[in-house]
Amino acid sequence: MADEAVVSNYAGISFYEEKGRYSGLLSWVFSTNHKRIGLLYLISMLTFFATGVFLGLLLRLELIAPGKTIMEPQTYNAIFTLHGVIMIFLFIIPGLAAPFGNFFLPILIGAKDVFFPRLNLLSWWLFISGAILAIISLFTRGGPIDTGWTFYAPYSIKTGTNVSLAVFAVFLIGFSSILTGLNFLTTIHRLRAPGMKWLRLPLFVWSLYATGWIQILATPIIGITLLLVILERFFGVGFFDPAKGGDPILYQHLFWIYSHPAVYIMIIPAMGVISEIIPVFARKTIFGYKAIAFSSLAIALVGSLVWGHHMFVSGQSYTADWIFSLLTFLVAIPSGIKVFNWVATLYKGSIELATPLLYALSFIFLFSIGGLSGVIQSALAVNVHLHDTYWIVAHFHYVMFGGAGFAFFAALHHWFPKMFGRMYNRRRAKWAWFILFIGFNTLYLPMFILGWQGMPRRYYDYLPQFHTGHLISTIGSWILVSGLILMFANLIHAFFKGVKADNNPWGGSTLEWQIASPPPPDNFDQIPLIEHGPYIFGTQIFADSRG
Amino acid sequence: MDQKETQYHIVNYGTYMLVWIGLVILTGITITAGSMNLGGLSILTPLLIALLKAGLVLYFFMHLKYEEDIFQIILLFPVIILTIFIGLTFFDISFR
Repeated sequence: MADEAVVSNYAGISFYEEKGRYSGLLSWVFSTNHKRIGLLYLISMLTFFATGVFLGLLLRLELIAPGKTIMEPQTYNAIFTLHGVIMIFLFIIPGLAAPFGNFFLPILIGAKDVFFPRLNLLSWWLFISGAILAIISLFTRGGPIDTGWTFYAPYSIKTGTNVSLAVFAVFLIGFSSILTGLNFLTTIHRLRAPGMKWLRLPLFVWSLYATGWIQILATPIIGITLLLVILERFFGVGFFDPAKGGDPILYQHLFWIYSHPAVYIMIIPAMGVISEIIPVFARKTIFGYKAIAFSSLAIALVGSLVWGHHMFVSGQSYTADWIFSLLTFLVAIPSGIKVFNWVATLYKGSIELATPLLYALSFIFLFSIGGLSGVIQSALAVNVHLHDTYWIVAHFHYVMFGGAGFAFFAALHHWFPKMFGRMYNRRRAKWAWFILFIGFNTLYLPMFILGWQGMPRRYYDYLPQFHTGHLISTIGSWILVSGLILMFANLIHAFFKGVKADNNPWGGSTLEWQIASPPPPDNFDQIPLIEHGPYIFGTQIFADSRG
Repeated sequence: MDQKETQYHIVNYGTYMLVWIGLVILTGITITAGSMNLGGLSILTPLLIALLKAGLVLYFFMHLKYEEDIFQIILLFPVIILTIFIGLTFFDISFR
């Protein structure tokens, strides 16, 4: 419920109209305002996302029929690597935390900005510098890398493509992620409004808190690992070369110590957004607040200890296999806790099937398929059959695209009126969601079957018996892209010509809905005094204000 | 957020020299141990020495010794995490 006293008295400017030292584009790329930085991330990431989608579309087109269709095998190897690197490192790892976390974290805890605004800007600059270096690596000596996004040794040491520059780019992007995590953790510890106790934090904030710890503790490890790859390429030290006393599995350990928790960096903020959206559109306080909050921490903790399941068939010991298998089964528990609590929140709620909720519901559906297929893979014997097949590709896209991606779209539709002060066409948005959902399942569901039948991942060509699955999947990619085009066309149209949005179009109860749309430069005229939890509907959040 | 006035500790050169000599000796031990066949301990030894060296640098050169207890305790947190990460990575070798 909007607080009339706060909203209607506000006659100032929005952060878009704020005058700083610079104007035009420079007023954005040199801004330390968290909302502008959030939008910088959003725009740059959506550009990378569009590129990644285009590359994915090309891959699917190549695979529409056996044999060569539109590209050579080497081009195919480069494109699937590029698709992975762009989607993982430039889109889904910054994911929901960088754009929506930056924009909304300070508002949700009643602060004027993050704790280190300049460090925040540096994070974006590191991110964009890494992205530019990654692009340069495509056109310089050796050409685009063909290792897959995992840069596995020994191939990444031996290939003639430009691995060194590309992994250095990822190194920089990692730094950006560490700084963002550090910034968010400090902000949550130090800048909560008076009365915003830990158990009054909105659940998106809890998810950013858990994510921040993973970013700080795990990301340095991939930084070191990537530097080792560069050292290995330039000086041939032999870290991963058995002939020199090294161990190729060491690379896989070091890579996955970060990169498995990284999937939780992607998915935990997504879960946080879902926890924000569901109470708003069910008009009910969240069921099991503490369970959802602490399960984020549990996922961060247990999820950091499961990386060995990527090496079940790499020659790791059986003892390591069963320990990592057990830990992997365990991580399903906190994820399950969240799903049950969301469903319990919906139970007997006064549900409004608006677009953000449709995305949130499809998140639960798709993430459950993705997550449960993950439990199947973590069984040792089954894993031998499924390892490195299309099953894994399907599982990964269900959790990452169906999970984090759909949550990203949910967040975009939920917060669009707040971020831009305009409302999109709701009918068109629902149609786009529907097409996207159908396209998604047509694209990825056949991959589960293909994988089960034995189709290996990353292959340029395939046996005739896999043709039907690939054909359906490619048709699905066209449907999916149609949905995406409709969705973005709708949002871009709304950005320029949409009707003006109310301050609280969904009737949300958290702090962002109590301020103007788009928000003022400093969010709050007065720092609010918080007197109860975030999901109380029908009462005013601001019992009092403090200067 | 009360910012206490930062207090600077003057540490005499003698302490720094002693710590430096200690670091050099530990480096020497690491190199010597590297040329010996220690079996299962060949990884643990240099890791423990490196931990000790990092501790010395943090404690004396980076003045952790003169900080409040909370910072010394918080430092344990990443050390424990890293011990778990490295432990889970390397225990596998003894079972292969």
